Amino acid sequence: MLQRIFALMLKEFLAILKDKKSRMVLILPPVAQIIVFGYAASFDLNNVPYAVYNEDPGEASRELLARFAGSRTFKLYTSIDNDTQIAPLINLGKVLMVIHLGPTFSRDLHRGKTGTIQVILDGRNSNTALIGLNYVHSIVADFNEQWAISHGHRVPPARLMVRSWFNETLNSHWFIIPGIVALLTLVVTIEVTSLSVAKEREAGTFDQLLVTPMTPVEILIGKSLPGFIIGTLEATFIILVIVTWFHIPLRGSILALYFGLFTFLLSAIGIGLMISAFSVTQQQGLMGAFLFLVPSVILSGFATPIANMPKFVQDITYLNPLRYFLIVVRSIFLQGASFDLLWSQYWPMALIGIVSLAAAGLLFRGRMY
Amino acid sequence: MKRRRPRAPGGGISMMRLKGLVKKESYQIIRDPSSIGIAFVLPVVLLFIFGYGVSLDAQHVPMAMVIDKPDQATYDFVSGFGQSEYFSPVIMNNIQEAEEALIQRRIDGIVWLRGNFGRALLSTGNAPIGVIVNGVDANQARITIGYVTGVWIKWLGRFSMEKGRPLDIPAKVDYRIWFNAAVRSRNFLVPGLIAVIMTLIGAMLTAMVIAREWERGTMEALIVSPVKIQEILLGKVIPYFVLGMGGMALSVAMAIFIFHVPLRGSFLALTGGSALFMLTAIFMGLLISQAAGSQFVAGQIAIVVTFLPAFMLSGFVFDIGSMPRAIQWLTHLVAARYFVSILQSIFLAGDIWPIFFSNCLWLVVMGTVFILIIRRKAKKRLE
Repeated sequence: MLQRIFALMLKEFLAILKDKKSRMVLILPPVAQIIVFGYAASFDLNNVPYAVYNEDPGEASRELLARFAGSRTFKLYTSIDNDTQIAPLINLGKVLMVIHLGPTFSRDLHRGKTGTIQVILDGRNSNTALIGLNYVHSIVADFNEQWAISHGHRVPPARLMVRSWFNETLNSHWFIIPGIVALLTLVVTIEVTSLSVAKEREAGTFDQLLVTPMTPVEILIGKSLPGFIIGTLEATFIILVIVTWFHIPLRGSILALYFGLFTFLLSAIGIGLMISAFSVTQQQGLMGAFLFLVPSVILSGFATPIANMPKFVQDITYLNPLRYFLIVVRSIFLQGASFDLLWSQYWPMALIGIVSLAAAGLLFRGRMY
Repeated sequence: MKRRRPRAPGGGISMMRLKGLVKKESYQIIRDPSSIGIAFVLPVVLLFIFGYGVSLDAQHVPMAMVIDKPDQATYDFVSGFGQSEYFSPVIMNNIQEAEEALIQRRIDGIVWLRGNFGRALLSTGNAPIGVIVNGVDANQARITIGYVTGVWIKWLGRFSMEKGRPLDIPAKVDYRIWFNAAVRSRNFLVPGLIAVIMTLIGAMLTAMVIAREWERGTMEALIVSPVKIQEILLGKVIPYFVLGMGGMALSVAMAIFIFHVPLRGSFLALTGGSALFMLTAIFMGLLISQAAGSQFVAGQIAIVVTFLPAFMLSGFVFDIGSMPRAIQWLTHLVAARYFVSILQSIFLAGDIWPIFFSNCLWLVVMGTVFILIIRRKAKKRLE
């Protein structure tokens, strides 16, 4: 039996790797993508272009604007002297925001009145606008504190002392990059498995496989192993890149990480083979792959939190193996989590894997044409 | 083989032959339901799930409240969290219990008022309010801190009023967010999603079609017939273009009528931009199909090069301007980037022609490059 499985596995490897293009597609993109996405994927803003419309001659406005000019987040695009210039700048996307200080800003501040800083933001990507606004708020808060101290205002009766655990500087790369391990591993595994049965169905060789002495379980194992091995190797490579190139701390147990990877691969391969076994043509296999891949990435909590989704969509995400693996990866990388904190993530992935593999095995024979 | 093909003067395209090819391709589409599924079912299902599912607006963040010595002042402060729609506060007895809950991801943050809070508040000022957030999701953590700050400022105002010492705040920010005043993240996510979904559909529809003909040997049969390469290609583009535009129309209708995304630009610009993008996406699919040779490899390439780049590098969620220079250049190779920009502008801001035309120009350049490579490769394979 082992011999038969081994032979089938070898054949599967040959089918995937003997074609030079197929080899390239399997190896090059994940390597390139971890680097590119690692740099690209971040919610932190840098060099946000802004314009200043300052009507105030006083020192307060100069002091405030110097804070914006000195910030790494913002980059002065231009200064304007007329409010008709605002709309073209924003409409054409030249600047994300325009800061407007009225003629009485400094005078108001000196008289103890509250000065108003008007900020106009491009809301086409309202998330970027909100993050930009957050940065503005914190610059203004610093300015206010400094101003209050140097002008002898009363200190506020209470103040916030904020600390953030596990990611002290709130660098969003730390959040996104470990997630890319999960993303790329999923894509590679689906790529290897989702067309493998459909291809043989089209070529007619799957019928031949079914009349050999191999049992469906053996076929299943033989077809799964290449995905397992390729997935593990690529995930290992990506983890190495993350730790050595991007310097994301890996604080938890490596064993727990690989146990998570194992259960995740089980579920991804199961789903990939199920899609493949269900499709009659490769075109259908490809459609199935996308129909699974796209929602599973978008509804995984990779970029937008699951907690923000409406209840019924949150319930759907329990069927998504990526959801669990993302928690595993992030907890182990940043939080230093160990096995006992993660059981609640492991077993659903294992369950999804077993159920989908069983379904794939049944479909092998069930969908004979 | 080539000699047998009668050449029409000037290399013109025969309408009759083209019609035949389009008809053949259309039959193939109708008989395999997966193409129709890709064009119509996929966008509906995906838009429906995403339109409801994807949101960056946090609500009801679970937050632990630890109060070492409860009194009127702490009660007042904590009630601010109860009234805020952003938080669902949970009272916890001590900081150990709260920290444990934070580690187990049951809560996203802790607000900790120590025993000396009440005293410091009335005497020296600057009473410390401890805030701990789970920073794993840095973006959400920052949003949460922003909300906490909001609650704190509101409470400061209330507290100072009661004490008869109104707080003077030197400067305050008065902001206006154009194009999306209510800051509904759905308004920009739905147009972005349409761009991502259409990238997939364009590539998926056509990635297999040339490879399939080579694999089944029908390409040879086509080549020995009098049809020309342009006619074969056009015969493939036209039916899939019609199909893709149908899917596009459906998506736009859903965006407007189900998700209530405002459409401020003109229908003409929307149609023009979409048609241009759909053509580019189809050309990309054909190129994949042509380059791969077999359906298996074509499928693999389509999975790898379409979805993730469109998702990560199009500016749909991650701001392109904040990426490192080199990566910003790379994003120019992602067709979805131009379509995201076109759609977000047309939907939310209106017809901003400079943005529209510069993005369209890039799409034209990309499409032209694709079609030139396809033609060259097709010729090479014939010889």
